[in-house]
Formats: sequence, C-alpha cells, structure tokens
Amino acid sequence: MTNTAFALSGAANAAPPLVAALEMRANILDLTQQAEDAVLRPDDPGGWSHAQRAAMAARIARLNDDTALADHYGGAVDAAPMADPGWQGEDKRTRAALRFMDAMARDPRDMEAGDIARLLQAGIDDADIVRLSELNAFLAYQLRLVAGLRLLTGAL
Amino acid sequence: MSEVLKKFTKTVPHWRPRVTPVRLEDASAAQLEALQVTPSNTKVSEYVLVLAHDVETLKVRSPLFNAVMYDAAGLNRADRELGAIGASMVNRCIYCAAMHATRHIQASKSDEVVDAIFARGADADLAPRERAIFDFARHLSDAPPRADAEDVQNLREAGLDDAEILDLILSTALFGWANRLMHVLGDPVRRG
Repeated sequence: MTNTAFALSGAANAAPPLVAALEMRANILDLTQQAEDAVLRPDDPGGWSHAQRAAMAARIARLNDDTALADHYGGAVDAAPMADPGWQGEDKRTRAALRFMDAMARDPRDMEAGDIARLLQAGIDDADIVRLSELNAFLAYQLRLVAGLRLLTGAL
Repeated sequence: MSEVLKKFTKTVPHWRPRVTPVRLEDASAAQLEALQVTPSNTKVSEYVLVLAHDVETLKVRSPLFNAVMYDAAGLNRADRELGAIGASMVNRCIYCAAMHATRHIQASKSDEVVDAIFARGADADLAPRERAIFDFARHLSDAPPRADAEDVQNLREAGLDDAEILDLILSTALFGWANRLMHVLGDPVRRG
C-alpha cells in the first residue's frame, strides 16, 4: 500500500533515527492511509462522488499552500473546477458546500451554528454534512502530518 | 436554552450537536458494529452518533486516535496532550481544550501549565520544554501550517528526539482533525 504521508515528505530517504521512529509508528501510518481511503474513496459515497471528493481534497491542499498534496489528489483544475479555490460553484448546493469547506480549511475557529444551518437550507442532509466534515478534517490532519514530516526530513 | 461557552475552561462541558445524530434504533448493522453497541453496552455519546453518519471513517478514526494518544514509548502522555491543547486553542475548540486540559493535568499531576496557557495563551510563562512544544503545536495548527525549522530546533534543544517530535506532530495534527469536527458540528454548553 502506497503511503501518501511517506511519499510526500521524503521519509523514504530519512536518516536512521527518523526511520526507526517511523517504524515504531508504522501502525499509525497504516491507519492514516486507511482513513484516506475512507474519506476519499468510500464504498458508500453518499452525496459526494469520489471525483468530487478528490477535487475538494485538492482544493483544501491548495488553500493550505501544499502543491504536492494538491497534485497527489489529482484534481487538475481543468478537469475539476472544484479543485480551484477561485471557483465558487454554480448551483446552490455546490456553492454552500464549497463555502463551508473553505471556511473549515482556513478559518475553523470562526465557524458557528449558522455555517451548519446554511448547509441544511441548501438541501444538504445530516449524513452529507458529516461526510464533508470528515473529508475536510482528515485533510487538516494529513497536511499537517506531511508538513511536520517534511520539517524532520529537511525536504522543504 | 443552555449557555454556549466561548472561553477556555478546565471543566469539560456538555457537547450539543448541530446536526441530528443517528438514532440507535435506526442504525445499520455496520453502524452498530462501528459503535460497538452490544446488549450490555448501549451507551454511545451523541458525538459518536453524529460521526456514525460516516461509518467508514468512524471505523478507522477510533483506533487511529487511540494509537496516536496512547501507544507506548516515544513522547510522554502529558506532552502529547499539550500538543492537542495547542491545536485546540488555535482552532478555538472549547470542548477539546477542556477535555485535554483535564488529561494533561492528570498526566502531569499539575494544573500549572494549563492555567498559564488558558490565562495568557501564546504569552504564557512556560519552562523551555513546554514553551517549545506549545509553540510548535500552535504553529503547525495554523492554516496554512507555519511551523518551521526554528520550531524544530527549539524542540531538539529542549531535549526531544526524532521519535518524540514525530509523536508531537501526530498528536497536534490529529487535533486539526478532531477540533474541526467538535467545534463545527456542535456547541459546548454548560453541564446541568
């Protein structure tokens, strides 16, 4: 199984102490990859297709200035306009979802009850709100894990 | 209507969901399995019932959280909790900050660090090790993350080795995840 955090941080060529540390936490890196599969490519995608999820993941990576992670999620802007943070969506549901995702990626501290109310008003149900939130929250974790590992490997 | 808490506190609040949790009586077999509901264990928090809407993620998330926070060796318990608190303060997750402040106090057997950072945030007067850990956690939690080589150097000078720094990265990053769910999907309200 290819491990995203490993691949994007240069950890494969790390110095021996870091290699030993990563081996000690191999179970965590495996679970991290399983989580990527669960949020990006779930068996039951609900209201968000695998392609939309990949595009949103690329968008979140771009909003956090992580080009390598954005590229990992494909989301070539030509094929998936949603992957471009400048694109706001054309229908009410998409616009509401992207506004929510952008806020959670960049300014989660300022989010409030109204952010959820707007999704419900746009016709996005409880399960699809949780699915969006898990995708976004997982990306927040993964991009910080990658950023931290890059600091340790010196692959800046 | 109970009061929504806005300030950091050591008293763990009640968490009130903003979306409707899965009802146990409506749960699918996969949801019941992920919730680990058995005839003798029917107590599931509203938070976990909210997350049960995305059962595939919930199933991975629980073992991942336990491994990051509690697996043996590497960074000590209190310092992993300090990473979690730093993230929770940046993301202003009142519930997470309270929960992990409580665990930090248990693990370190002292209120001192928590009292200092809840009172003065980034300006808290901390010992060099706590200073380096708290600063790294705050900087990694910003969006985009802005932790840098100097932050890592400060951790090394405070005595942390690669395995300990990796654990700090993991616990801090993990709370980038947890904070977004708890802070966005519900409100912290006073208990009782």
